[in-house]
Amino acid sequence: MNAQIFPFHGGVHPPEMKDLSNRSPIVAMPIPARLSIPLQQSIGNIAQPLVSVGERVLKGQMLAAANGNISAAVHAPTSGQVIALDAQAVAHPSGLTQSCLTLASDGLDEWIAREKFDWRAAMQRGDAKAIREYVQNMGVVGQGGAVFPSHLKLISREPLDTLIINGAECEPYITCDDRLMRERAIEIVAGIAIVRQLLNAKQVLIGIEDNKPEAIEALRTALMGCGFSAQVVVVPTLYPSGGAKQLIKLLTNIEVPSGVRSTDLGVQCFNVATIYSIYAALEHAEPVISRVVTLTGNVEKPCNVEALIGTPIDDLLKFAGLKSPSDCIYGGPMMGFTLPSTQVGLTKAGNCIIAMDAANFPEKPREMPCIRCGECAVACPQELQPMDLYWFARSKNFGKAQERNLFDCIECGACAYVCPSSIQLVDYYRFAKSEIWDAERAKKSADTARERHEFKQFREEREKEEKAARLAARAAGQSVSARAAPKPPVGEVAATEASVAPIADGDDKAAKIRAAMARAAAAKGETPASSAAAPAIDADKAAKIKAAMAAAAAKKAAANTPAAHNPTDVAGAGLPQDTVAKPAIDEEKAAKIRAAMAAAAAKKAAKVAGETAPVVEPVIAGVENPVEAVVEKPAMDEEKAAKIRAAMAAAAAKKAAKAAQSDKDAQ
Amino acid sequence: MSFLFALALMAGLAVLLGAVLGWAAIKFKVDEDPLVDKIDAVLPQTQCGQCGYPGCKPYATAIANDEAPINQCPPGGTDGIHKLAELLGKEFIPFDDGGGAAEKPRAVAVIREDVCIGCTLCIQACPVDAIVGAAKQLHTVIESECTGCELCIAPCPVDCIDMVVVGENVNTWKWRYPVIQLKQVH
Ligand code: SF4
Ligand code: SF4
Ligand code: SF4
Ligand code: SF4
Repeated sequence: MNAQIFPFHGGVHPPEMKDLSNRSPIVAMPIPARLSIPLQQSIGNIAQPLVSVGERVLKGQMLAAANGNISAAVHAPTSGQVIALDAQAVAHPSGLTQSCLTLASDGLDEWIAREKFDWRAAMQRGDAKAIREYVQNMGVVGQGGAVFPSHLKLISREPLDTLIINGAECEPYITCDDRLMRERAIEIVAGIAIVRQLLNAKQVLIGIEDNKPEAIEALRTALMGCGFSAQVVVVPTLYPSGGAKQLIKLLTNIEVPSGVRSTDLGVQCFNVATIYSIYAALEHAEPVISRVVTLTGNVEKPCNVEALIGTPIDDLLKFAGLKSPSDCIYGGPMMGFTLPSTQVGLTKAGNCIIAMDAANFPEKPREMPCIRCGECAVACPQELQPMDLYWFARSKNFGKAQERNLFDCIECGACAYVCPSSIQLVDYYRFAKSEIWDAERAKKSADTARERHEFKQFREEREKEEKAARLAARAAGQSVSARAAPKPPVGEVAATEASVAPIADGDDKAAKIRAAMARAAAAKGETPASSAAAPAIDADKAAKIKAAMAAAAAKKAAANTPAAHNPTDVAGAGLPQDTVAKPAIDEEKAAKIRAAMAAAAAKKAAKVAGETAPVVEPVIAGVENPVEAVVEKPAMDEEKAAKIRAAMAAAAAKKAAKAAQSDKDAQ
Repeated sequence: MSFLFALALMAGLAVLLGAVLGWAAIKFKVDEDPLVDKIDAVLPQTQCGQCGYPGCKPYATAIANDEAPINQCPPGGTDGIHKLAELLGKEFIPFDDGGGAAEKPRAVAVIREDVCIGCTLCIQACPVDAIVGAAKQLHTVIESECTGCELCIAPCPVDCIDMVVVGENVNTWKWRYPVIQLKQVH
């Protein structure tokens, strides 16, 4: 009574190795003492942490919030204390580190207060958005391995033709979905009912490989009297029947062309474990904090455990009884990767951990040249020409590889499995893909840099014109008193904290630095190297030279000066002293320069304020930057501004002096 | 007579077509040299001036006018030279020895905030406005916008800007080129 199935192209049948672990029921893994929870556990943006180090968190509490649409939240798998929030090794082939939260469990496993979300009411209101947001906030992602945020798949504008539930679990060794279907069929069916309703699916097909008769039976039983029609379709055991495209073809005879999403063809695919998570989230307000994972290979008792996300792989292996130290595969033997370290925490993607033994994972034989036998093309379920892709990837001819649909390759490894020359074909595809992605990233950042550079050039041009216009206007209105002078146009002022202290124009600033340096030199009893107003030298350059000089002078002064009591008395009286620790000198020097600058500025500003309203020329600093809010600032009353500035500068000077003093005292 | 007529006709046609061509040249004038843009698209847009030109576009223009060799851009790396060679149908030439032009890992500028005096000099130097700050306020570099051109280093009066190499992270990591095993020699 099975429905018709439509075989896909290619495929291979490697030794199943499932009987190692498929007879042991799911057991709950004890709570580990320490959990390492990566903040990125889905495709897309890394989640943003909500907790800080030292905080006590409760089980199910959101630790990091989804950042943007393509992202999912991360929750505390148990109660305990956050002991670190830093970069740690994660389950990734690179062995690189990424932001992780380290949680020390307190063993109480205390739940946070949970409030059930009434998704049915939301559904009735037609508020699909609320449901999607909820699912996202529950951290539900595809648990078949792709970790695509599930809420993005719960969007349907029109009724879905076919909802496919993926229980194929085609990769050797893995049995976690098998056990889940056997033991929690009722919950899975309830989850299917929810998703079916959310997507308004006309037809529900559950694809399961024929090597899992118990799971098939369990689901068929659970479906009886569930109130909707759904069909369990038994598919022949052939790797990779669990690939989305392959399963869709098997069950519906729809071939999803390159570059088309299956949703556009009226088909949506969910893994059974994901369905279970959706059920737990919507019916029990349980976020994704654990998953079933198969522990198999070179272990005493291969099994399936329900482990908390973040459980160190080491703990899992210890639980299963690792026979001898061996490298581990994260995922299945075909598509998984070798873990660079077993210290990493379990993620939502981790469906299987295989300790490799020499018998089943012999050393890879040496690669021989491709003999163009075509075996790989026969095996490729995506109907690609793997040998051509290999050729282009190997010769780094990425454009050609892309033309041959490199990105349709699902990295299933069927081609490498059959290759008589033992070529690690997938490694070449992965290499080519990451090179192409990298080139695209570089191109993107080059484009933004070009844009920003062009904008800066445009801005400078505009500023020049504006300045010229202002000068012309000022020349025209010379006879008018300074007080009555028109307020300078305040076009764009870089907002932010600078709002009180008007930004000085380049010349203004250069003059200030110069003044400060001159004072410093004068106070030391040296003749200034050049008069404060050195007209011949470009203002900027002069300022730099002076700054360097002053820095040297300040350093020298600091080396033999015990204290700078007064900011204006930067160099102070030269009381010889023992050598001072170098960092202290640097800091002191910096403080002194700052103090001198501030004092000079304060004096000048005060003077200016006394005489005439200064003309404030706004300098734009990164106004076009998106992260910086650009605020049109009303032109402030000039006199007031000057006074505020003077006051601020004086305060800063005082503070700096005090800091210098206390530094000194501390020594 | 017919000979003269033919001559006149030809002359007339020549004048007319010449006028049309002249008009078209003005009317459909391409403002920018498309070749310059194509070259510019290949350059990394670091705007660092290490090529001896005040930015990528000027260097692109120089290449287009055959005034500069294609191996002058260090941020572009050997890959960049390959791309330029391909685009222009030229022979690949490596970086000059001793010319100082060599590849460098990608880096971004970082301002030591406790030392920064808020002079705004670096803001003015940055070709892509990657530095935010205001007079006497702390300045900081927006990492994602910094091209690593190092132009802000020299103007800083207190030398508080460092270049920090950006390492790979999990999302930018690349699979290595599969190692080709050498034949064992017994
Ligand atoms: S199976 Fe291997 S040897 Fe045969 S064509 Fe493909 S890559 Fe070449
Ligand atoms: S790894 Fe890619 S090329 Fe090889 S069989 Fe699978 S889909 Fe085809
Ligand atoms: S050297 Fe610098 S300025 Fe010149 S082309 Fe390369 S990135 Fe652009
Ligand atoms: S911050 Fe410095 S290194 Fe970065 S782009 Fe701007 S000037 Fe160049």
